[in-house]
Amino acid sequence: MSQAVEERFGRYGGRFVPETLIAALDELTAAWARAREDETFQAELGRLLRDFVGRPTPLYRAERLSERVGRRVYLKREDLAHTGAHKINNAVGQALLAKRMGKTRIIAETGAGQHGVATATACALLGLECVVYMGAEDIRRQAPNVARMNLLGATVAPVEAGARTLKEAVSAAIRDWVATVEDTHYVIGSVVGPAPYPALVRDLQRVIGDEARSQALDAEGALPERVIACVGGGSNSIGTFYAFLDDPVELIGIEPGGEGIESGRHGASLSAGSTGVLHGALSAVLADEQGQILEAHSVSAGLDYPGVGPEHAHLRDTGRASYFPVNDAEALLAFRELARLEGIIPALEPSHAVAWLLAESGSESEDAAASASRPGAAGAGAQDGFDLLCLSGRGDKDLDEVIAKLAEIDG
Amino acid sequence: MAEPASPAASSATSTGAGEARVAAAFAAAREQGRAALMPYMMGGFPDAEASRAIARAYADSGADLIELGIPFSDPLADGPVIHAAATTALEAGSGLEQALESCAEVSDRVPVVVMAYSNMILAVGGEAFASRLADAGACGVIVPDLPLGEGAEVREAIAGAGLALVPLVAQTTEPSRRLEIIRIAQGFIYAVAVIGTTGERSGDVGEALRDFVSDLRERAEVPVSVGFGISTPEQVAAFGEVADGVIVGSRLVREVQDASDTEAAVAAVSRFLSEAKEALDG
Ligand SMILES: Cc1ncc(COP(=O)(O)O)c(C=O)c1O
Repeated sequence: MSQAVEERFGRYGGRFVPETLIAALDELTAAWARAREDETFQAELGRLLRDFVGRPTPLYRAERLSERVGRRVYLKREDLAHTGAHKINNAVGQALLAKRMGKTRIIAETGAGQHGVATATACALLGLECVVYMGAEDIRRQAPNVARMNLLGATVAPVEAGARTLKEAVSAAIRDWVATVEDTHYVIGSVVGPAPYPALVRDLQRVIGDEARSQALDAEGALPERVIACVGGGSNSIGTFYAFLDDPVELIGIEPGGEGIESGRHGASLSAGSTGVLHGALSAVLADEQGQILEAHSVSAGLDYPGVGPEHAHLRDTGRASYFPVNDAEALLAFRELARLEGIIPALEPSHAVAWLLAESGSESEDAAASASRPGAAGAGAQDGFDLLCLSGRGDKDLDEVIAKLAEIDG
Repeated sequence: MAEPASPAASSATSTGAGEARVAAAFAAAREQGRAALMPYMMGGFPDAEASRAIARAYADSGADLIELGIPFSDPLADGPVIHAAATTALEAGSGLEQALESCAEVSDRVPVVVMAYSNMILAVGGEAFASRLADAGACGVIVPDLPLGEGAEVREAIAGAGLALVPLVAQTTEPSRRLEIIRIAQGFIYAVAVIGTTGERSGDVGEALRDFVSDLRERAEVPVSVGFGISTPEQVAAFGEVADGVIVGSRLVREVQDASDTEAAVAAVSRFLSEAKEALDG
């Protein structure tokens, strides 16, 4: 890959940030352009991904889920990566890059805590100082991950502004970075933010799709018909989609529908947002008619974000990928459904993707059928095609929240 | 005492009416042998009515130019004080319209430069935004998250409405980029005094900052104002020695925040501005 590190995706992306950061973004762009061509860097990253992260993660044919939805479904097991989610792919890569750039201090934001844990882990591994900004509300609902970060030697900095969730945590991290650019690298957790982050994080997450594509060819001798992933900021989805962009494969992103699009309480910026600037990039955002950014709502802290990566906005506009919302209640039920069907407890984020698959095949449980928004194109595709779904993380972090919420649903 | 920025900082380079008014304000201060005093206020904060009273107080207390912030939900260049003020203003129902009432209140007396974030301009549309500002009598716009290289349409719309687009230059800005920013600057150049967001800081004008500002002044045809972190009359005087204009933001916003009512807020900002003006004159 000798193409430039992209600054824009169609009309989206860019660098809508204070002037103070421009030099650091230039430096990062140049460093990444060099590092990703550099054999020593790639060898070191490859070794860590294999021996530390545990890659390649398996592509698992989910028999009972397949039976339920009436077509073969493969799960890309990012839940089996070290620290329990795909976030580690990006965190290790960026921490390695930061070290190469001579930065001694790392900052990050986190929503679900997965990216914070992944970054704290990478910093422990490489001996870097680590500060993680986290909304006070997320600190409450993702307590086990806060304990993990502390144990790993990171400082968790609570953010009290706004709804005290992911959006404010990103803002706090950017403000820190404006003041500390000289010795600090900001490890952003998804394909959002100013250029080069959307391209950088995608490059580090494309390993998911690169592996999955060749694993699918090995298993089936064919490409999947549909590739499905949940979309928060959009990193596990773009990482999965990227290898398939030039293939005749349907790409489907699932956004958090929260309490329903009609309720206005959701996080579906691609399905129901407008075009605007959030955290330095032009993309799809949730904003009012004056341009004030709105709070997102999702049962899943990792999807609770009123923006999305600019490359997704471009893929949506060109029609290359399609995006559908799935509501909180459907995701909660799918969480339990997958646990019981496959012995896999998924994170709430990819539970949205599982829920879409169940609903779309008309095979969700009765409870879910009652609360389903019936997203997406009706009816399964061709009989002998198969689906590939990115199971981006495991659900341990969500247990308390899900058990309480399921009790409400079950009445 | 501030040296004249450059003789060309007059209407010679000004195409827009807004730019000419800004240039005249700097020239008037220079004639009095001092830098321009440029207080910042958050429009619509703490509410629309109080905000208009504060704008009047700024004009009455010797502001040469007023910088007027439009409340935004996610102001990335701002520290906690201005962010909190924006949140309070939004909660009080203030938006672009209410903030611009404060502009219209004083724009016939003092040139007003509006500070707004990109997303608000894109949401309303560049042309509509610019014409609303022009209607309220604004002279220029500062967009802290629209660096060189972004927002061609926004730039055109602002120029089309006769407003000056004031760029920011940071100490981290690379030399070649600095020259490019200087080349397209309108109204004045906003030299960012700190590596960081807005917010009160203690400290003197260090060597590096002095060099940074004087280098900009040597190269630019428009005046150079310095802002971010300037919080006391003593600092205003010290920065006034090296720049064409001095911007005070968080300190004044905090005075308003801490005041028990509008009257107290007006008294507090007036007192500060009088002291600052005196320090500049001294
Ligand atoms: C397991 C998991 N999946 C998905 C996401 C959403 O992020 P993204 O859309 O960037 O993959 C998160 C975010 O925290 C996560 O923890």
